[in-house]
Amino acid sequence: MEPPRYSYTVGIRSLEELLERDRQREKDGFNRKIRIGRLMKPGRSAKDKVIVIPTTVEEKFLHDTSVPSPSEEGSSGGSGDGEEGEILGEEPVRGTGPGAGPGEGESGPHEIESSAYDLGKILTEKFELPNLKDKGKKRSLTRYTYDLTDRHRGSGQVLDKKATLRKILKTNIHLGNIPDLDHIDPAEFLISPDDMIYRVLSPEKDFESQAMVFFLRDYSGSMEGKSTDLVVTQHVLIYSWLLYQYARQVESRFILHDTEAKEVGDFYTYYNSKVAGGTKVVSAYRLVNEIVKTENLAKDYNIYVFHGTDGDDWDTGGAEALPALKTIMMYANRIGITVAQHGSARNQRTEVEKYLAKSRFLTEKPNLIRLDVMEEDAVEGRLIEGIKKLIGP
Amino acid sequence: MDLINLHTKAIMEGCKERARDAGLTFQDETLEYIVSNRDLLELSPKGMIPTLYDYWVHDVEVLKEKGKYELYPTNPYETVINTRPPISFYNDNNPDWLNVMIFYHVLAHIDFFQSNFFYRHTWDYDFTGQALSDKRVVAKLRAEKGRWVDYVIEFTRGIDNLVGFHRELSQSEHPDSKWHQNILDYYFDVFLQSVKKVSTSDYIKEINRYNESIGKYGDKGEENFFLKVKKKYPEFEALHEKHIREKSPERLDLIQFLSDKSEFLQKEENRWMKTVMEVVRKTSLFFQPQIRTKIMNEGWASYWHETLFLKDDRIKGHEVDFARINAGVTAMPKVGLNSYALGMRLFYYIEKMADKGKFSHAFQRIKSADQRDEFDAHGGKGKEFIFWVRKHFCDFIFINSFIDQDFININKLFVTGKRLNEKKMVWEYYIKSRKLNDYRQMLFDHLYHPPHIEIDRQKSKDRHLYLVHLFENKPLVAEFIPNTMAGVEYLWGGPVSLETTEAVFEKTERTPAAPGKSEETKKPEIKWERVVYTMENRIISKRTIESP
Repeated sequence: MEPPRYSYTVGIRSLEELLERDRQREKDGFNRKIRIGRLMKPGRSAKDKVIVIPTTVEEKFLHDTSVPSPSEEGSSGGSGDGEEGEILGEEPVRGTGPGAGPGEGESGPHEIESSAYDLGKILTEKFELPNLKDKGKKRSLTRYTYDLTDRHRGSGQVLDKKATLRKILKTNIHLGNIPDLDHIDPAEFLISPDDMIYRVLSPEKDFESQAMVFFLRDYSGSMEGKSTDLVVTQHVLIYSWLLYQYARQVESRFILHDTEAKEVGDFYTYYNSKVAGGTKVVSAYRLVNEIVKTENLAKDYNIYVFHGTDGDDWDTGGAEALPALKTIMMYANRIGITVAQHGSARNQRTEVEKYLAKSRFLTEKPNLIRLDVMEEDAVEGRLIEGIKKLIGP
Repeated sequence: MDLINLHTKAIMEGCKERARDAGLTFQDETLEYIVSNRDLLELSPKGMIPTLYDYWVHDVEVLKEKGKYELYPTNPYETVINTRPPISFYNDNNPDWLNVMIFYHVLAHIDFFQSNFFYRHTWDYDFTGQALSDKRVVAKLRAEKGRWVDYVIEFTRGIDNLVGFHRELSQSEHPDSKWHQNILDYYFDVFLQSVKKVSTSDYIKEINRYNESIGKYGDKGEENFFLKVKKKYPEFEALHEKHIREKSPERLDLIQFLSDKSEFLQKEENRWMKTVMEVVRKTSLFFQPQIRTKIMNEGWASYWHETLFLKDDRIKGHEVDFARINAGVTAMPKVGLNSYALGMRLFYYIEKMADKGKFSHAFQRIKSADQRDEFDAHGGKGKEFIFWVRKHFCDFIFINSFIDQDFININKLFVTGKRLNEKKMVWEYYIKSRKLNDYRQMLFDHLYHPPHIEIDRQKSKDRHLYLVHLFENKPLVAEFIPNTMAGVEYLWGGPVSLETTEAVFEKTERTPAAPGKSEETKKPEIKWERVVYTMENRIISKRTIESP
């Protein structure tokens, strides 16, 4: 009997294959169907986890149960004592529940790194984000560490005995100083100083991160809720994307600020830290400048700075912020500023927007600094658009 | 995926014996498999049918579920599928006593699958076998046609909730009595009222004559009745046949209609698509009763695992363990619905009511609460009654018939509402109502109820398909309409219209809050308007035909 030419059992397809199929849909004239989502579980004591998952909806003619009562969300069952009208419990509207964004917790670095890498990969493929260019920095992207690996004749730090012996033997054979190869007498060797082989210190190429990314976030009182969600979500996406883009060779620094700025150790603390007092954008810019200066980062890194804020700044007119920002522009490859506008401030320009406009940085150096303003209830698609704008060519 | 070991199988056989003695019915042979978490994750998008056809959406689901599982690992104790022989899946880490309880649960599910009339059309064949051959067909077609097979699956699945489940059911229930049913309905509902337009008193006379005839001649009563009808109206039979001819095409559901009537699908090169569509349709039909009997099925299984396990000697030493696990499964939540708990309580309640003979006219007439409480006709037919209910009811009739105010009071049930407190910016959960009608309505809202969409043959002209959505105070999900229609357009091979009703919200007016006062918001008023969506060349358009 002839074996079947097709397989009955088709294994579960990988995400790549599914996305490839999704791209094909577009060519066939149908809408794409796969969305990439994230699931987050806040950990009890330490480890929050973020998982990248694909989702799709099977579209059908279905009843929309939400329509008749928009002001009151759907009702459910219940049991127990109590009068009608009695309140059973409350849930904050801007929750810190699963998936809702910042809450408290600490790092689980390996998990987020690997998952963020996947997310970045998907983002790059799915949304066809522009690839970053090296902007003018033609400096070598490698640094050197030194090791005693090179050999040198005649002088050096450590004598390489085996190599020296071999060299001496070679010289003596040439000289015809060894009559019987089976009975070598080392005492008879003629030793030239040139035969001494030493190990010397040598520069070794050490592949270093190609990019240094600063994430700056306003965590002042005014940022509570959606603005924070939006900024950190966008930063998660950028972070993921950079991780992928630089094949994990990206280093990140996280800075939170209210009126003062502080650096935090990892993305989790950055993601999860809770709100504090007033707002002074300059504090964060200054901290970046300080870090870059003291660690001499400008020489070896492509530097990117992403700043998320609600646009609020006590420093009216940007008297302090603008000079600090200008300093950053001298070494950075790209500065991306996200303003998550409050619903109440719609159609009004925020302080940050105002002084940026005044400075004319945005129009004069469009390759260096970008601004994206969105409303605080923006959806994920809008976030991606924002990223494209911030990091696009 | 391995079969359970002999030791565990012996436990199962012990359960079968006791369950059978209690009155449950199921076939002798059953298959029990131990499955890994991975197996479960990979099977769940396929409705636990291992042989279901492959489809990329299932793969996406699997990847999603795997991600979820990493964060929130949970495993069901068991899953049973409605096959011949019945197959059930288990985790391997259950102790023996727990297996006893789970097996009772599973046996009650099997009994339900094999006895409830809403599963009638699944009784005569083994779905896994059928699905396997379908899967092979789909795989073979995929080897030839590539991704277009998946498009056809997608477009058909887009309308697979509109399958004519009840039509299918009535056909398998009364395969030979179709004509017989129709003639009686036709005579009283159509012929007398629309054709002859008889007066009400004449109409009632005819009904009386029919009843008398049945009373007098029993089985032959109907035949006798129609002898006279035919004498009086010689044209009756001819009109009836004409009526059948005109009406019968409507018995096609949308998938069948497309398959039968679409010119595109009749083309030689597209005929294979009909095979794929039929596979999707059959699969949907197979799953229909399960969605419609969730509360009953889970309630029935919970009722029996509790009843049988408490009497079983194998519970000894594990009473507390059982109580904990059982409470986890069947406790009534403070907020939310638990179909296991609700269904089980309702079966207990019905049994008690029937035992006291409360499903009777005599009881229904009593108004006084005390007298209702004390009423006891010593019927003792509770068990018999619940077996009857599990045979003939689905969730809707079950809830509609048996949930009453007494049941709600006894179990302290209420409808939970969720509202926004703008001052505190919190969602408040509160007791909205303890009234029967509200509670029942809340349950109805949670039941599966696909929209009713019909093909309007009058308006379908010149290769233009016209669908009409019968509005039941719930609009369709607007976002899904274009893509679903694009699928129908593809299968139909021409433009498609859908008439439906949409909500128009009046603009909400917000007045800025005065100091010390909270913001006032007017509730938006909903008005309904009738609209027609048209999909032509994959471009959607909408026009309003009836404004509010």
